[in-house]
Amino acid sequence: MSKPTDPAADPIIVVTDLVKQFGRFAALRGVTASFAPARMYAILGDNGAGKTTLLRALAGLNRPTRGSVAISGSSNVRSVCREIGYMAHPSLLYDEMSGTENLRYFARLYDIEDQARCTAVIQAVGLDPQLTRPVGQYSQGMRQRMSLARALLNDPRILLLDEPFSNVDLRSAREMVQLLASMRDMGKTILVVTHQAFLLEGAADEFVWMEDGRIVSRTQDFNSAIAGQV
Amino acid sequence: MKRLFPVFGLLTGVLLSYALYLALVVAPTEQTMGDVQRIFYYHVPSAWTAFLLFFINFVASVVYLIRRNMKADVVALVAAEIGVVFCTVVLVTGPIWARPVWGIWWTWDLRLTLTLVLWLIYVSYLMLRRFSSSGQTPQIAAVLAVLGALDVPLVYFSIWFFRTQHPQPVIGGGGSIDPRMLHVLLINWAAFSCLAALMFWSRYRLEVLKREVEDTQALEALLETPRGSR
Amino acid sequence: MKLTRATLAKDLRLEWRSKDAINSMLFFALLVVVIFSFSFDPTAEESRQIAGGLVWVAFLFAAVVALNQTWARELRNQVLDAYRVSPAPANSLFLAKAFGNFIFVLMLECLMTPLFIVFYNLRALGPAYQLPIVAVLGTWALVVNGTFFAAMSLRTRAREIMLPLLLFPISIPAVLAMVEATTSILTGEYSARFWIVLLAAYDLVFTTSCLLLFESVLNAE
Repeated sequence: MSKPTDPAADPIIVVTDLVKQFGRFAALRGVTASFAPARMYAILGDNGAGKTTLLRALAGLNRPTRGSVAISGSSNVRSVCREIGYMAHPSLLYDEMSGTENLRYFARLYDIEDQARCTAVIQAVGLDPQLTRPVGQYSQGMRQRMSLARALLNDPRILLLDEPFSNVDLRSAREMVQLLASMRDMGKTILVVTHQAFLLEGAADEFVWMEDGRIVSRTQDFNSAIAGQV
Repeated sequence: MKRLFPVFGLLTGVLLSYALYLALVVAPTEQTMGDVQRIFYYHVPSAWTAFLLFFINFVASVVYLIRRNMKADVVALVAAEIGVVFCTVVLVTGPIWARPVWGIWWTWDLRLTLTLVLWLIYVSYLMLRRFSSSGQTPQIAAVLAVLGALDVPLVYFSIWFFRTQHPQPVIGGGGSIDPRMLHVLLINWAAFSCLAALMFWSRYRLEVLKREVEDTQALEALLETPRGSR
Repeated sequence: MKLTRATLAKDLRLEWRSKDAINSMLFFALLVVVIFSFSFDPTAEESRQIAGGLVWVAFLFAAVVALNQTWARELRNQVLDAYRVSPAPANSLFLAKAFGNFIFVLMLECLMTPLFIVFYNLRALGPAYQLPIVAVLGTWALVVNGTFFAAMSLRTRAREIMLPLLLFPISIPAVLAMVEATTSILTGEYSARFWIVLLAAYDLVFTTSCLLLFESVLNAE
């Protein structure tokens, strides 16, 4: 159920000739792309294609060697960091605290005093806010969902998710995808890096394929996205 | 500029030989210490040269922190390396001088102790540079250099006061110095400074070349055709 | 700052919950005191002369073991990324960690000091009220730089050896001051005033520098 890309919408993320090198290893070799608001993009590619590096550059976690990243019109990612939610394969949570305690703490990083927000966000991802079990004892599915909840705390306009479904059971993964689709419908821009493209069939608006540090194709059709890759 | 190098090298060689001649032959023999005292003409200029080089490291590090100028980082690195060399000379000549004259290997003499602490700080600086991952090295090393430099006045005062509370023998003899000895001392300092400048220039060029090679290799890696294009 | 307080509270709460770290550190501190006491067994007269040095070296070693754990919890699930992505100022994080370490090391010192007093039959001949001042200023000097260098070491290989390697040389004036101040107070032979002022100056210089420079170390890339 993909929507036609609205050419009139101003892109919310603009990447211009982005190059990122770690010594001699070029992780990104000149990526140029723009991403429209209220869309879900699936970013696919083999290991080492540069997907994680691209996402981290968008999150402001690494500094480009050359080129630029503009988010919501600003080329300084740090200044718009309140509009970004980031999630990675490590949970970015404290194993020793419960989900609610974790979120209450991270909410403070965004000056959010409202505890109801934490509860709401935990419920939105399908978890129980009353659960006192420390996050370290969660199953992978629960942990990824709690990590997503943390990313949603500040109600970001942009969600950057790096392999959110990795090692997650199918049911949890599908529920997460549904949640993401509803977030997209509410106007959020979502970029999902994943190896499990099939999960996003019917949910993602566009499939972006990366190879060796460049974007080599973008298509709205799931089947053609997958076809050439087998 | 490059052609000047061998000329400068030759001049330095001449100056050093002259300085050596002055120190070993021309300079008057010290009345209490005898010929051993002649090591003073190596001990003191090495100390001054080392301190000057460490000051250069501090300035270059500050410049790097403000401007992120790669050349400043190279200057900081080279200055630290050569400074440590001259520092080592001071720390070796000190005990060699002290033992026959005062009967002790070491004393918490102001200059000697300050040199030892500086040596420790800059060796730790060099180790940090060696052990950190290459992308971040200049930034972190520059921060350490600034902290180290801020430490120096504190080191000085702490040792100075320590010595007033616990009087120690003074290596190098306080008090006035015979004008002929002063003359030899200054010539030796000039010679050592030239030697330091020579080493600095040579090492600087080497490091700049090395980085240029690395940059070229990185650029090549960037432009390489990806294997198995679609 | 509220965030500093919240972070400190969180750290203290977590430290309290998993008492492993606390217990092992306390036991380590005890062992250090005992080993030192076996190694240096002076008369009462001599002990006042050397106790200053002994005590602070022991504190230094205990502090390094504690400091190495500063960022351990943040490293485990790349939690630092969550900080870096958020608008939270890096300084709040640094201060919270430094205060946490400060409290922890002071606690260790409070355990080790009575033991030293017992093993060495220590008695202060000078103004004993100055001892806590020296302890507070000296501990902060070690902890503020230790927390900073622990963050720097995160970016290096051989992380755990890097911390003492960086910390010890720069701490020399502070350690000298702590030792001399303590010895002056114990022996009553000199005034510790200069050393206390030096420690205060050291604390001021390095607290300011670390606060100014921490952000660039956290985000170095």
